[in-house]
This record gives sequence, structure tokens and C-alpha cells, in this order.
Amino acid sequence: MTMRRLINLKRAEARKIYLTYAVVIVAYIVCQVMSSTKFLSSSMRGMLVPICAYMVMAVSLNLVVGILGELSLGHAGFMSVGAFSGVATAILLQGVIPFAPVRLAIAMIVAAIFAAFAGFIIGIPVLRLKGDYLAIVTLAFGEIIKSILNNFYMGIDSQGIQMSMLSDTTRLLPGGKLIIRGPMGISGIQKIATFPAGAILLIIALMIVFNLVNSRSGRAFMAIRDDRIAAESIGLDITKYKMMAFVMSAALAGAAGALFAMNYSTIVANKFDFNTSILILVFVVLGGQGNMLGGIIAAAVLTILPEKLRSFSEYRMLLYAIVLIVMMLATNNAEIKEFLSRLNPFRRKEA
Amino acid sequence: MTFLNFFISGISLGSIYAIIALGYTMVYGIAKMLNFAHGDVIMVGAYVCFYAVARYELNPFLGVVIAMIVCTILGMIVERLAYKPLRQAPSLAVLITAIGMSYFLQNTALLLWSSNPKVFPSIVGRGAFKLFDGELSISHITALTIIACLVIMAVLTLFISKTKMGKAMRACSEDKGAAQLMGINVNATISMTFAIGSGLAAVAGALLCSAYPTLMPTTGSLPGIKAFTAAVFGGIGSIPGAFLGGLMLGVIEIFAKAYISSQLSDAVVFGVLIVVLLVKPAGLLGKMTQEKV
Amino acid sequence: MKKILVCALLVLAMSATAFGAAFKIGGTGPLTGGAAIYGTAAMRGAQIAAEEINAMNIDVKFDLRYEDDTHDAEKAVNAYNALKDWGMQISLGSVTSKPAEATAAENFADRIFALTPSASSAAVTEGKDNVFQMCFVDPNQGTASAQYIGEKKLAKKVAVIWKNDDVYSKGVRDTFVENAGKHGLEIVSETAFADGNDTDFSVQLTDAKNKGAELVFLPMYYQPASLILAQAQAMGYAPKWFGIDGMDGILTMEGFDKSLAEGVMLLTPFNADAKDEKTQKFVKKYQEKFGEIPNQFAADGYDCVYAYCQALTQAKATPDMSAEDLCGKMIEQFTTMTFNGVTGDNVRWMKNGEVTKDPKGMVIKNGAYVGLD
Repeated sequence: MTMRRLINLKRAEARKIYLTYAVVIVAYIVCQVMSSTKFLSSSMRGMLVPICAYMVMAVSLNLVVGILGELSLGHAGFMSVGAFSGVATAILLQGVIPFAPVRLAIAMIVAAIFAAFAGFIIGIPVLRLKGDYLAIVTLAFGEIIKSILNNFYMGIDSQGIQMSMLSDTTRLLPGGKLIIRGPMGISGIQKIATFPAGAILLIIALMIVFNLVNSRSGRAFMAIRDDRIAAESIGLDITKYKMMAFVMSAALAGAAGALFAMNYSTIVANKFDFNTSILILVFVVLGGQGNMLGGIIAAAVLTILPEKLRSFSEYRMLLYAIVLIVMMLATNNAEIKEFLSRLNPFRRKEA
Repeated sequence: MTFLNFFISGISLGSIYAIIALGYTMVYGIAKMLNFAHGDVIMVGAYVCFYAVARYELNPFLGVVIAMIVCTILGMIVERLAYKPLRQAPSLAVLITAIGMSYFLQNTALLLWSSNPKVFPSIVGRGAFKLFDGELSISHITALTIIACLVIMAVLTLFISKTKMGKAMRACSEDKGAAQLMGINVNATISMTFAIGSGLAAVAGALLCSAYPTLMPTTGSLPGIKAFTAAVFGGIGSIPGAFLGGLMLGVIEIFAKAYISSQLSDAVVFGVLIVVLLVKPAGLLGKMTQEKV
Repeated sequence: MKKILVCALLVLAMSATAFGAAFKIGGTGPLTGGAAIYGTAAMRGAQIAAEEINAMNIDVKFDLRYEDDTHDAEKAVNAYNALKDWGMQISLGSVTSKPAEATAAENFADRIFALTPSASSAAVTEGKDNVFQMCFVDPNQGTASAQYIGEKKLAKKVAVIWKNDDVYSKGVRDTFVENAGKHGLEIVSETAFADGNDTDFSVQLTDAKNKGAELVFLPMYYQPASLILAQAQAMGYAPKWFGIDGMDGILTMEGFDKSLAEGVMLLTPFNADAKDEKTQKFVKKYQEKFGEIPNQFAADGYDCVYAYCQALTQAKATPDMSAEDLCGKMIEQFTTMTFNGVTGDNVRWMKNGEVTKDPKGMVIKNGAYVGLD
């Protein structure tokens, strides 16, 4: 490879990264302006924060699926860990830190730490497996997290934090407050998640992922993805790199979970089930594996789409399914792709 | 005796998982794709059977045959429209399309048959074989399911090992490119696999709803995921593995409920699955493929 | 095709009233997904009521709209916002509990009055002065059931089977267990199930049977309950069964063997077989229109719209009022008025939004409800 091609390659890579940042920032400014000038409908305004959270989820899962090349079917589990630990932190800090944005930031950091820890624990067994077996084990862990959170109780009183499993045996002193209530989840959450906070989290997530991808470790990830045996033979510590990507991805998912949860007054463990994991996987696959911008756009489109289909009333989810199938066919079938690109007047002439 | 009764409950639940898992594992083994819409084809089969038996008062076995025909045709249409165009695409794209298909089938069922649960008429009645003065009972439907599982397993194994089509299937599963070079019509073979898998789904639907008789548009989705787990447990792609995995999953689930905690049974089931996969990374009866450089 | 025609007619009928200045009333509920049965029923009940009222010669007219929330808090807030964009003035909250908690917080912040047909968890109304319930709040059902079983001396040894990932089931179970001792009940067996494992109940039933429970309390919806009854019969276990309002609907399941439910007792505010004129009229209309017998959710939806009609008439409210003005008037009306509907007579509301009405003790005899006592 000549020096020149290397630079070109780097430029193309860099262009993609700058384009991603530019799109995110411009989209943020447009939405923010439209939102503050009341140009945006309530329906759209209400979706800004969850869309940000889903975008971060897409970026985070892309690190595992797109960059590392391993299929995860339990990503919502990390979101769940983040949501519960983050919201609990925010509630505990309610009296200590009155300024909401700081509380939100701390909650998201705590959520990321908890989720990263969960990612580490799960990573130990999971990363020994390969392919579909790895996928099913992540699915299993997602279900286990859901099942545990559905049986978990936590409260606070003057003696500190009390926890129990299966049934509420926390025996809080008078004046104490039960925060996590098993299947009833958390109620009465203060809605402190904001769109700017979501946008900042997304930018941070992108910075972390891009830096990681374009570092020594990132190249190791892709080497592992493209040929595990070759990567191993040149002395790459596969487990270490896999673990690194997995933990980082879990941490981002945790922060996104906290952001998401604090946009609603209530949260339950069942929200983060297999279907949510699949939804996030759909963002990644539709946006193109390894393509951060694609994942982000897919997250926005697929979150807004069902809302825009409301006028079809009972046929709404049926149409959603059809659109999903057609989109997958259109982006993955060679003939259809060729047909579409012929329709595109701006397509570049192939040499 | 309680222990034995729990064991039998586990076997009955497991036999249902097993029969669903057979369909999953067969399609996976040959087409190398996780067909997440399989659970919903089961639901469609159960509805067809329900209408044949409850509304048109046909013989239950005739109902199952009609359901099999409908599901086979449905499976072939789904395959032709949604999966065939993606033969060259990455496997994840096919997975997502299958999920889209699952949503599609569920929502079509919701529009066609409404969300009201229907009570499925059992195809063999609700009786049971009593052993040891009634201390132990095995319901007819459990016996039928296990027999059906064994018959299907035997027929599938024979079909795959003895017939020409079966050989073609095995060839496709080993190496699609080489199979094509040997003059095998890979596309037709994979379509055939889907047709058989969907026909099996109809039988599974009728048996699932006979054993646990409420039928809703979402009936297939959770058992579908459990059966998928069972297929992996036994070693995905392996037909006896699906049978064994299904039975074991059922027994573990019931024992976890009975002897550990009814609240945490799902966590225990999936925990056992993880431990098994760590000890045997390709499932109980799966082949460990050695990667070549 | 028939369905589409009905829908088209409905839309026509509603847009017609829209011109005559009607109150825009909106609600969210699961119309697709696993919980679709509840949302669809509540919506249909409300639709019938709105049509009836619009056909009456009174000043209050309704323009009703329901949006799908797929039984999910996130989607419920989206649906709520869509309704807000449409111009909703008064709200029917959400049909199921968790989504309703999320939309109730929005109702409170936006000062749009809400009366939810069936979201029964206590957290829905907690701390919100403008969110009211048409159904019993869960904790009350648990307490009332324990009291009823104790006072009527139905049993001493009781088993509870509940759904471990469901707010409704958990809410009722908690106060039932808490209050059981007070009424001389001993809980000998307590087992649970969840979404993924709600098909086989042999373990739960064996536990109840071996520990000698004379009565099994089932705080859950009728769909899993129907499986429990069938499996208990198969294993030859015949205790007394006691359900709550979610059990209503079990007799209307297509293909259900009604003999299985023989002797099941339940506390429910609605009885589709009731002989009073109001109920019969509603049931007949519902059957004609949708081909099914209405359940408790449909009845709650129906009553909600009528309660609004009464409150709006009494407050002399007009459709040109803002949502906030209406909110103030509705709070005033609902905390003072008495309402008679298909789910109960002399229905009153407390300041915290909870409803007070008498649950009717019912027992299933020969495939129909018969009033207990």
C-alpha cells in the first residue's frame, strides 16, 4: 500500500466521522430551534429524548455487532440496568443536589458504571462462545436481568439503603421510601432528562466509539471480526479486546437507559425485554453494520415511523411490519439495490 | 410421587417445546437462518385448526391436516417473498426480515381474528392415563405429543438420510456453493425446507393449543423463543438435539418452579442454559466445528 | 369488509359531530399486541357511549379518539402527545396501569383532566389532583377480597397464585396478603408465574393442593385463570376459587367450557347478565356492533364517557373552553357528583381520584353470574 493511498483512506475515514458529527449537530440545532419556537408538534417534541436514547443504543450496539462482529440479543438488559441504577441514583440525590442537570449527569455516570459492571460479569462467560451460541447466551442474560429486576426491592430510610429479593422485606423505618418495587418498577420519577442532555450524550458516545475504533484497539476489533484465527495468530489477545468492546458498549447502553428512564414518570423491567433488544438490533442492521450514522438515522426513522402511521389506526402495526420488510429487502437485495441506484440521479459513475 | 408428577408435567411442557424446536432446528440446519417467524406460523396453524374444528365442526385430525396444508403454503409464500431475495445477503439481514415477518403475521392475525382469546378444543380430549391408583397421571395430549415428536423425528431423520431431497438438503447445509456445482437446485431445496418446517409448525400449533388451550395472536411468540432456546440447548441443527433440548428445558422449568422459586424460574432456566453452553459450547448434541485456517 | 364499513361510518358520524362543536375527548390503550383485548374493549365501550350521547337531544356532544399505546409507557406518552396535537380537551387517560402512570404525569403537567376507565394501580392517581379512576384501585380489591372471604367464612386456609411481572396482580396480591391475617385467613401457599411461563400451572396447583388450601385466590386476568381452572380439573383438585374484576370475561371466551368455572367467585363491578335496563341496553348494542359480549373494560369505557357527559352538563361547560378551564370544572364536579352507571350505582369519587362503589360479589352458577348473598 503506497503512502498516498493510506492518506486517502484516512481522509475518507475522517470525512465519514466529520459528516456524522455534522449531521448530528445540525439536526440538533434544527430540532432545538423548531422546538423552542413551538414549530414542532407535541408528538415530535415528546419523542426527542427517547430518539436520542435509541440513537446512543444504536451506536453502542454497533460497537459489538458492527465493529466486533458478534451478535447480541440482550442489549436491552444493559439499558435496563442503567435505567434502574440511574433513576435510583437520581432519586437518592434529590435532596442533596437540587440542580437537575448535574443530578442527571451523575445518574448517567452511575448508570454507565453499573451497566459496565454487568457487561463485565456477563462478558466472562459470553465471550468464550461464538456466533449464534453467543447470541442465545446474551438473550438468556437479557431475560435473567429482567427476571431479577422484577423481583428486586430497594428502599431508603434513616439507616441507609435497604435491599431485598423476591418479596419486600426491606422493613423500612417510618419516613423511609421504597424506590424499586419489584414488578411495579419505579414510580413517580422526576422527568429531568432533556433534549440537550440527550444530544450531548450522543456526541460523547460517538466520540468514545470513533476514538476507540480508530485506535490500536479498534483495528484489533476489526481484525478479530474479519478473521479471528489470523488475529489470534499474530498475537492479539482476543478475549481482552472482546471484553473491552463489550464493556464499553454496555456502559453506553446504561447511560442511554438512564436518559430514557428519566424522560418518563415510571419505568418497569418488562419494558427492556427481548423485543426492545431486537428493536435496537434492527436500527443497527438497517443502518448498516459498523455504520454509526446509518444506525443513528435508522433509530430516528423507526421511532418516528409508527407515530406517523397513526392515521391508519388499526392497520398501523401491520404497515410498520411491511415497511420494515420492504426496507430490509431494498437495502440488502442486489437486484433491488441496483434498480434503486439507477433511479438515483446523483449516483457516482463507477470507474 | 409429587416428584414424579412434576417430572411428567415437565415432560409434557418439554414435549411441546421439542416439537416447536424441531421446526426451528431443521430450518437452521439447512438454511442457516434463525426463523423468528416460526412461532407465528404456529399461531396461524392453531387458528386454522381452531376454525376447522370449533366453527366447521370437522374431525380434529382433518383439522390438523388442513392447518398443515395452509401453513405449508404460507411458509412457501413467506419464503418466496421475504427470504429468497436475501439469499446472498448477510445473515443478520435475514434475521431482521424474519422478525418483520413475525410482526406482520401477528398483526394480520389480530385484524382477522381479533384479540379475544379463544379456547382451543383439544384434539384428543382432556382425559389422562392413570397409573398407581391415580397417583400418577399422564394426559392423553402429553402422550400424543411425545409420540408425534418421536414419529416426526424418525421421519425427518429418514427423509434427510435416505431420500434424494434429503441428501440435497444435507449437501446445502454443508456447502451451498459446492452443492450448486454438483447440480443441486439450492433455491428449491431451501424452499422445500421451509415448506416442511411450516407444515411441522401447524402440528406443533395444534398440539400446543390442545395442551394449553388459549389462543391469541401472540400465542406463538413466547413459546417460540423458548423453543429456540431449547433448540440451541440441544445443539442447533441437530434433530435429536432439539427433542432432547425441548424435554430438558421443560423439566428444568418445572423443577425450578417447584424446588427453587416460582418467581425466579425463568432466571434459573436461562442460567442452566448458560452453564450448559459453557461446558458444551455447541449444545448437548451439536457438532463442534473446527475452524480451518 | 364489514369492519371497514363500520369504521368508515364511525368516522363519518364523528366528523359530522365535530362541526357541531363537540368536546374533543381522547384516550390511549393497547389496540395491538398481547394486551390488545383490554384496549379494544375500553375503546369500543367508549365509542358506543359517545354515539348514544351524540344521538341524544342534549347540548353535550363528543368527538372521541383512541390511540394505540401497545401497553407501553413510552408509546403511551407518544399517543398522548398525538392526541394533544389533535386538540384533546379532556382525557380518558390510558387503559392499562403502567402506561396510565406515564400519561397521568403528562395530564398533571398539562392540566388536562383525565378519567381512566381501567388503570387501577394506586400510582396512577397518586399526587395528581386532576386524574380520576372509574375502576377500583388495586389495593382496595385486595383488602375487599380478604375481608369478603373472612367475613363470609368461605375458607381458613388460602392459596394465592399471582403474576409476578404484572402491576395489577402484584398490587392486589400485596394488600390481600397483608390483610389476610386480620380476617382470620391463613395463607398456606403462595406461588407466582410470569409472561414467559404462563402455560403450565401444575407446580402452583400441586403446592396449593398439598398444603391443604380450601380456597385459591387468583388476582389476575381471565386468560391465565382459564388455564388454571382447566389444569386443576385435570389433576382432580377442586378448591373454592376466588377472583377479582380481571376474572370477568372468562365466560365469554369462545370455546370455553363453562362447567370449569362452576362455583368460581369473583368481586366485580360489572355483570353482563344483569337484568337492569341500562346494562341490557349496553350489552345488546355492543353485541350488535362488535359481535362479542362486553367485558368489564368495555363497561368502564362506557361509564367514563357517560360520567363526563353528566359532569359537563352539570358544569354547563361548552366545547369552546380551554382544556385548563375544563380541568378546573371537572375537578369540582367529580369530587362532588354522584354517578349511576353500568359498573355501579351511587358512584362517588374521593379527592385523591379514587372511586368508591360497591364491588358486587358474584358466583358462577350454570354458566352465568349469580349475585352472592
